[in-house]
Amino acid sequence: MTLLYPLQSLAAHPARLSPNYRSTLKRSPQKPLIPIRHSLSELTGPVYGHETVREHDNDLTIQAKGEPLGERIIVHGHVRDEDGRGVPNTLVELWQANACGRYVHVVDQHPAPLDPNFTGAGRTQSDAAGYYKFITIKPGAYPWGNHQNAWRPAHIHFSVFGHSFISRLVTQMYFPGDPLFPFDPIFNAVTDEKARMRMVSSFDLENTQPEWALCYRFDIVLRGRNATPMETK
Amino acid sequence: MSNQRPDGVTPSQTVGPYFKYGLTPNGEYEWNDAFTGNLLTPDVSGERIRVEGKVYDGDGAVVVDCMLEIWQADSQGRFSDPQDKRALPNSSFKGFGRCGTDRTGGFAFDTIKPGPVPDPDGKPQAPHILLAVFARGMLLHLYTRIYFDDEAGNAGDPVLAQVPADRRATLIANKGAGNVYTLDIRLQGDDETVFFDV
Ligand SMILES: [Fe+3]
Repeated sequence: MTLLYPLQSLAAHPARLSPNYRSTLKRSPQKPLIPIRHSLSELTGPVYGHETVREHDNDLTIQAKGEPLGERIIVHGHVRDEDGRGVPNTLVELWQANACGRYVHVVDQHPAPLDPNFTGAGRTQSDAAGYYKFITIKPGAYPWGNHQNAWRPAHIHFSVFGHSFISRLVTQMYFPGDPLFPFDPIFNAVTDEKARMRMVSSFDLENTQPEWALCYRFDIVLRGRNATPMETK
Repeated sequence: MSNQRPDGVTPSQTVGPYFKYGLTPNGEYEWNDAFTGNLLTPDVSGERIRVEGKVYDGDGAVVVDCMLEIWQADSQGRFSDPQDKRALPNSSFKGFGRCGTDRTGGFAFDTIKPGPVPDPDGKPQAPHILLAVFARGMLLHLYTRIYFDDEAGNAGDPVLAQVPADRRATLIANKGAGNVYTLDIRLQGDDETVFFDV
């Protein structure tokens, strides 16, 4: 199967210069990007097998001696392409704050406790159908210095590869109904509401495990369409 | 559910300031690295090189929380991906590397000089490495290419030809002693790196 990567797919992404997110001011190019045709360099991408992912790397609640504090959750979904086909055997990485909204990172000075039993990093590989699953802790909201009383909505950072180097995606998964949504310039840098809502997971009661963990579904759609799409029905 | 046609791609968001312990721990955090800046494998053939540089923002300040990823062909211009039908099956060279910038904004990749890869018309491109740049303050990563100043093929490269002559130098790594090539990345400003819309 040969995939095409139309530039129109990129319209869903935020503008690189989004002034309400202050750090974009000095870190976005001012000269126009130069369009080039896709050669094999752009159309191929890294292929990693099971040697990259250890068993249990997708369970962030069993990485330490004890259990982390907070609300245990299942986060699962499919990685798909723009035609809805599952993207098989692709690497999915995530990292996140703990239940109190604190990252293990040395630069994070939010005065909330670290959890000795939670690092907040995980990885897995999608299966033959593009399905992936993590077990983790629901992250807390955290403050940041962008503006007065700025707080990030609770989120999990995701990194996904897909079929080519230009289908690469780094994004953030949000939780449904977060009251911080209207105030977050990173979330709202995605100006199209439908596109923005694709970053919000859905509560998945059906796959919630009774007496154990709530479940959220987060489907990820990567660039790439079949070279011979069925335009007419 | 998975057969439903999606409305569009999942939008990109910034990698943020705190990716290091998850994506580029490199001995500073407990998590193991899936990838590093060292792409060399014992069986790899080709000219071993290092590509290094620093990343700067629009104020000329070094960017210390940047993540860089490279993707390249092997020394014969072939990719370790079954989508490249010419792929050589007998090398463990993967062609992908990742590193974070250090406290001085510096990065380094140890790899091999890639061979020429055909353009969409089948004509050879000059040897190059694809580079993706991620950082706090970048809502969507940027793509650029690393070329080499000692390659005669640069003169006929179709991608370099599309770049205004006075900006080409931002894509060309300069060879120094010990097979070390240097190329700085400038996210913004007068000497802004050429980024590609792909
Ligand atoms: Fe975050």
